[in-house]
Amino acid sequence: MKKTKNDIIVSLKDIFVEFDGEVILNHINLDIKDKEFLTILGPSGCGKTTTLRIIGGFLQPKQGDIMFDGENINSLPPHKRNVNTVFQKYSLFPHLNVFENIAFGMRIKKMPKDEIKKRVKEMLSIVDLKGYEKRSVAKLSGGQQQRVAIARALVCDPKVLLLDEPLGALDLKLRKNMQWELKQIQQKTNTTFVYVTHDQEEALTMSDTIVVMNNGVIEQIGTPTDVYNEPVNAFVADFIGDANILNGIMIDDCRVKIFGEELECVDKGFGQNTPVDIVIRPEDIEIVKPEQAKLVGEVTEVVFKGVHYEMTVMCKGCEWIVHSTECAPVGSIVGMKIIPFNIQIMNKMFIAEKNTFYAEVISSNKEENRITVSVEDCEFDIENQYFEQGTKIAVTLPPSALSIAGDGVGHINDVYIESVIFKGEHNEIILESDKQKWLMESDVDEQVATYVPLKFDFTKAEFKVVEGEDET
Amino acid sequence: MKLKRPSIPYIFWMVIFTLIPIVLILYSSFTDRNGNFSFESFSKAFGYYDVFLRSLWIAFISTLICLILAYPLGYIMSRQKASVQNTLTMVIMIPMWMNFLLRIYAWVTLLQNDGPIDIMLSFLGIHTTLIGNQGAVILGMVYEYLPFMVLPLYTVMAKIDKGLIEAADDLGSNKYIIFKKIIFPLSVPGIISGITMVFVPSASTFLVAQYLGGVDDIMIGDVIDRIFWSDQNTGSAIALILMVAIFVFLIILNFFGDEEAVAT
Amino acid sequence: MKKLSKIYTALIIFFMYMPIIVLILFSFNDGKTMVWKGFTLNWYTDLFKDSQIINSLWNTLIIAFLASLFATALGTMAAIGINNFKGRKRILLQNASNIEILSPDIVTGVSLMLMFTLAGVAFNFKMGFLTVLLAHITFCTPYVVLNVLPRIRHMDYSVYEAALDLGCNQWQAFRKVVIHELMPGMFSGFLMSFTFSMDDFVITYFTRGASFQTLSIQIYTMTHQRISPKINALSALMFVVVFVLMVIINIKDRKLEKQKVQKAL
Repeated sequence: MKKTKNDIIVSLKDIFVEFDGEVILNHINLDIKDKEFLTILGPSGCGKTTTLRIIGGFLQPKQGDIMFDGENINSLPPHKRNVNTVFQKYSLFPHLNVFENIAFGMRIKKMPKDEIKKRVKEMLSIVDLKGYEKRSVAKLSGGQQQRVAIARALVCDPKVLLLDEPLGALDLKLRKNMQWELKQIQQKTNTTFVYVTHDQEEALTMSDTIVVMNNGVIEQIGTPTDVYNEPVNAFVADFIGDANILNGIMIDDCRVKIFGEELECVDKGFGQNTPVDIVIRPEDIEIVKPEQAKLVGEVTEVVFKGVHYEMTVMCKGCEWIVHSTECAPVGSIVGMKIIPFNIQIMNKMFIAEKNTFYAEVISSNKEENRITVSVEDCEFDIENQYFEQGTKIAVTLPPSALSIAGDGVGHINDVYIESVIFKGEHNEIILESDKQKWLMESDVDEQVATYVPLKFDFTKAEFKVVEGEDET
Repeated sequence: MKLKRPSIPYIFWMVIFTLIPIVLILYSSFTDRNGNFSFESFSKAFGYYDVFLRSLWIAFISTLICLILAYPLGYIMSRQKASVQNTLTMVIMIPMWMNFLLRIYAWVTLLQNDGPIDIMLSFLGIHTTLIGNQGAVILGMVYEYLPFMVLPLYTVMAKIDKGLIEAADDLGSNKYIIFKKIIFPLSVPGIISGITMVFVPSASTFLVAQYLGGVDDIMIGDVIDRIFWSDQNTGSAIALILMVAIFVFLIILNFFGDEEAVAT
Repeated sequence: MKKLSKIYTALIIFFMYMPIIVLILFSFNDGKTMVWKGFTLNWYTDLFKDSQIINSLWNTLIIAFLASLFATALGTMAAIGINNFKGRKRILLQNASNIEILSPDIVTGVSLMLMFTLAGVAFNFKMGFLTVLLAHITFCTPYVVLNVLPRIRHMDYSVYEAALDLGCNQWQAFRKVVIHELMPGMFSGFLMSFTFSMDDFVITYFTRGASFQTLSIQIYTMTHQRISPKINALSALMFVVVFVLMVIINIKDRKLEKQKVQKAL
């Protein structure tokens, strides 16, 4: 057993979880520091709740170790862990009143009655529910129920409190209040909070550390400032805050090309002529006179957002979002100035200009000039092509030749949508089938983490016969 | 964490008190008095084919009448406000809580010669025997099992989303179309369970025909009752046939229900 | 249309209540026929003097109570277990449980009788109280399963997890939390069992042996001897008890519902 550092309370080592062959957590490593407010942030289906359940002991990982204070707790049942949970739906006991709900854990531990009374009282004052002892929990509002749930968990004096989207059911105003209050409670009780949410704003406001998850892997761990200002990839940039995410080419250190315009940046070490993703936050773009900037466009939309104007600028066929306190009217031609420091360069999540897949011709028809091919256990016809039966072919398709079958019947079914990122002109969608990843361009907003049928437009395809058995 | 163990006692219970008795019925049907393998019981049982057919016929007619009577009532109930719905449900259920024999007995007293109805009819100059015929048996059945038809129909129809009907209304459907396209298709599960709950007991009941019918009106349940005490083998064979017939009927009925559900 | 509905409903209700009301009416008739001869309470006093009837009533109540209690325990446990099975095994178990409900009473009755006769020879006992009780538990338990299963399925599973989280072991979590969630299902399962057991004639008839009497059996014997206004008196009493019970339950339910509505608001 490896000894952990003193200030690390929970440590997940190489955690792997799958259900029915579907990978939920893909070899995750995470250290949680004592007394910090750590938020696991990600879209639904990314594995964040599963991570929480593993710490709580409601789920056993298939592989990997959970360390608590340096000790392995893999096989420890929930009731023996010094961890408590605030559940998504609060899960208060409906047959008990507020006092009894909070006292529940202490009664199980057979603590003396006076002690229980004292601590429930203390707890109620911390969560700001003094005098609510006798109320039935069903009669409380959502926010109050939430606070009872927190009190019920905290009164057990856990070293770590797990919170599973606890504010999800509350309305916006209450949510904002509770965010602040949660942070207060965390500081007052000096407890480690592990907080799960899909709300990036919540994560930014409350956390000491943010863990961004997607598709069962951790994309980035860092402070709120880090993940906002230095996102590691387009997914993180897109998920946290508003962002213009663009395709670019890193010509050399500190020189990046966007839409043919060479701009200066501060990033290094990407090599030469490397395709990269670029993120520019809307508030980092300065609206200037056209002649003062390399990037010039026309304002097409202005929305007043209270603290600033949100403007949409069409530049080089691309929509740019710009936040500014000064308004440029719709139709005006403006220049966009970006200082090198604010151009964030990121490695591409999936490097491919085109999609290539390998197929075997299982039958062919010379007269009708048609072949039937087999790819990943799916069979389909390709018109206007002829190859001998048994030939192995490589088919190359540009991202624009891929689409999602609206009628539900695609060439390859059940393809997983891994990410959807708006790249100014259109959405760039990364898909994953059994054997490979695909890059698709689409104007439609697809739902991440769903399974869809994938369709190909073979008129845009290039065909090549593959020699030999080697498919890779 | 997910426990399956608590079901073990019940599984044992089912094996001992459901499975073994059925196996015994099977065994008893295929053997003779001395325990030798034989089809004798079945050949005897088939001697009662007329009673069998009659039982199915009476059960069929009773079920049909129940359905015809109950459907409008279920519909009417489902369109009332909640408090009226609850009261009506209670009113329909209360007679069900009376002892089964007492309910039949009540009809015996009502229909008997010189009973209240007979007296009333003779005042009107109608002289007829009300009891001791198939009509009386069917009446008794309908009376016995009508609530079993009303309640599932009502439950299903009450669950139909009112918004659906309003939407159809909004889209310009008239009442007939609303009924045909929405209410009827959605009430099919209720019809199926209503038929199940009326047909099964009425096909297999005994005593109703003994009380209200004549000598020629006895049903298969009465035959089982009569024979079983003296000839368990034939009794078992008849019971087995009855059970198989009913399960076949239920399977067909449910298949039909599924089809219907798919079609709509 | 509204009027038509009212008339129709009234007719059906009349059809359902008329026989009962006539029975009750004639329970006060001072004569053995259906001709009104004057008011009397004799049949009621006769009824209470009839030790056989009182004895049968006790038997019925004891059987109904024990059978539904046992069925509730057995059925609740079974439902919890069944709920944790997946796919085909679960469908198989549910269907097995439903067979008892769907198969005709008379088949259940004779098949149990066959078994009890055989077992009686093997283990040297006679059918009576115990066999009736076992038979009643057998046909009541599926109803409990039927009532509890949906409660478990709709139960907020995280309430159970919350109990574990707060330091309960599985048994404590069940006793302190889960059972409260299942209570309404268990209660209606118990109630259903109780009434079905009280009402049962067919299965009792085949499993009671030579001398064990329940109310149903008693009524059967009495009605076979035809026309005794004592039965009318018994019917009347039973009806009144049922009626009052139902009304009380209904009012209680309605109050609960009102509270729920108020809470929801």
